[in-house]
Amino acid sequence: MNRDLETVDGGEGAATGFAAPVAATARPPAVAAAGEAAAAGSGADAGRRAAGLPPRKRGDDPEADPAADLDLGDVVFDIQALSLWYGDNQALFDISLRIPEKRITAFIGPSGCGKSTLIRCLNRLNELIDGVRIEGDVLFEDGSIFDPSVDVNLLRKRIGMVFQKSNPFPKSIWENVAYGCKLQGITGKSDLDEIVERSLVDAALWDEVKDRLHENALGLSGGQQQRLCIARTIAIEPEVILFDEPCSALDPIATAKIEELMQNLKDHYTQVIVTHNMQQASRVSDYTAFLYLGELVEFGDTDDIFLKPRRKQTEDYITGRFG
Amino acid sequence: MERHFEQQLEKIRQDLLRMGGLVEQMIAKANRALVERDESGVREVLEQDHEVDRLEMEVDEACLQTLVRNQPTAVDLRFLVAVMKIVNDLERMGDSAVNIAQSVEQLNKEPPLKPYIDLPDLSRLVRDMVSRSLDAFVRRDAALADAVLKSDDEVDGRYKQLFRELLTYMIEEPKTVSRCLHLLLIARNLERIADHATNIAEDVIYYVEGRDVRHSVTRRS
Repeated sequence: MNRDLETVDGGEGAATGFAAPVAATARPPAVAAAGEAAAAGSGADAGRRAAGLPPRKRGDDPEADPAADLDLGDVVFDIQALSLWYGDNQALFDISLRIPEKRITAFIGPSGCGKSTLIRCLNRLNELIDGVRIEGDVLFEDGSIFDPSVDVNLLRKRIGMVFQKSNPFPKSIWENVAYGCKLQGITGKSDLDEIVERSLVDAALWDEVKDRLHENALGLSGGQQQRLCIARTIAIEPEVILFDEPCSALDPIATAKIEELMQNLKDHYTQVIVTHNMQQASRVSDYTAFLYLGELVEFGDTDDIFLKPRRKQTEDYITGRFG
Repeated sequence: MERHFEQQLEKIRQDLLRMGGLVEQMIAKANRALVERDESGVREVLEQDHEVDRLEMEVDEACLQTLVRNQPTAVDLRFLVAVMKIVNDLERMGDSAVNIAQSVEQLNKEPPLKPYIDLPDLSRLVRDMVSRSLDAFVRRDAALADAVLKSDDEVDGRYKQLFRELLTYMIEEPKTVSRCLHLLLIARNLERIADHATNIAEDVIYYVEGRDVRHSVTRRS
């Protein structure tokens, strides 16, 4: 499989919620509408669905549900039998997963397992890549995100994203945070000042930058830039924040700050984090999904996943005995 | 690197088993010293206890180092947590064996009260529990560990029976009180060893299946 596509820089600016119009018009979505795709589904799984059977799961126990007996409370995303292809290469296989509200859910798995692809489905970022085809559905608060009536820009405003490489605009710190709000039509200086301060406080960056709000954001350290990106994301008040390897370029202290920040944001936002750092997943998340070769192997309470996983594959991976 | 981690776990497993083997020997020697009125056995038990104490600290230290260096998860983490509890139980068993040996030393200064039958039986039963709980650990056998839990009831029953019997001796013949009390102490220490074996069996079930069966009312169902 060509996993390189997964790391394609798919217009990361687009996902911050306000630069999207350019990208979206420049490249029409290549995604198949969910309903049609399901109807046109091929192979054994479509047959199983037609027969009313649950989709086939690869793994040591073909009948076991990877997410058995989980009481998740309110659910924000309901991912239903999601499959994704980059051209002819299938990257996700029939993934069904529910993501609980105002909790931190981590996606873990070895490189190329599809965890980044999966998180990028949640705000329809994958459609910016040519040749992507999706089957199945993702319900976001009961509506399909693939529904033709969904405004993708509005969707990405509600579902913010923070990337591995911090990507502040080459503007002042103040401008970076206020930019999205300005695009949304908030123009009053005092309103914007208030939003900028609140967002920077919430992102645990205010004390470090309050005296230099009008200096260029690119002068900040890597960890500060990442927190600035989080401030920029929460300035437009999303409901969900997606983190794609947010700390992999940061030192342990900057990493600890981001993790602490995630805990502080927990009461207000649903958070999903992709990380290859298993210790990080075990530290920050409430729920953990383990993906391997594009399939969901196990999803459960983080304590259970790291202390007593149900699947041998999960155990082999988290104990470092993989392969 | 992975190989090294496996080697660390294997070394811990071996040391724990060596400790278990010593404790089994100590209980057996204390019993033989009682039955055969043999003083040398008592001395050997006291010597082996030092070795058990030393191993306890050594294994504990090795577990801590492995935890801090490798941040193990899942079965590896459960293994280390179980080992740290098991070495504690083994050390306490060793102490009980020493108590038994010391009672035997006192008993051997007087003529035997009667031929010892019930106590050697109890000792054999208890040693069997200890050895099966360690077998269950080595073989990761939760079913065997579960069987050990059930044996504890029999040990408790035997202990109560001995208690009643010794009580009647003491009532009938006050001259036997000191000997009866030592015999009772021996029985009491054997019963305590069985409790520690039960703890080990519970830790084995946790290690193997991630299930906490302590203080469970349903575990003997």
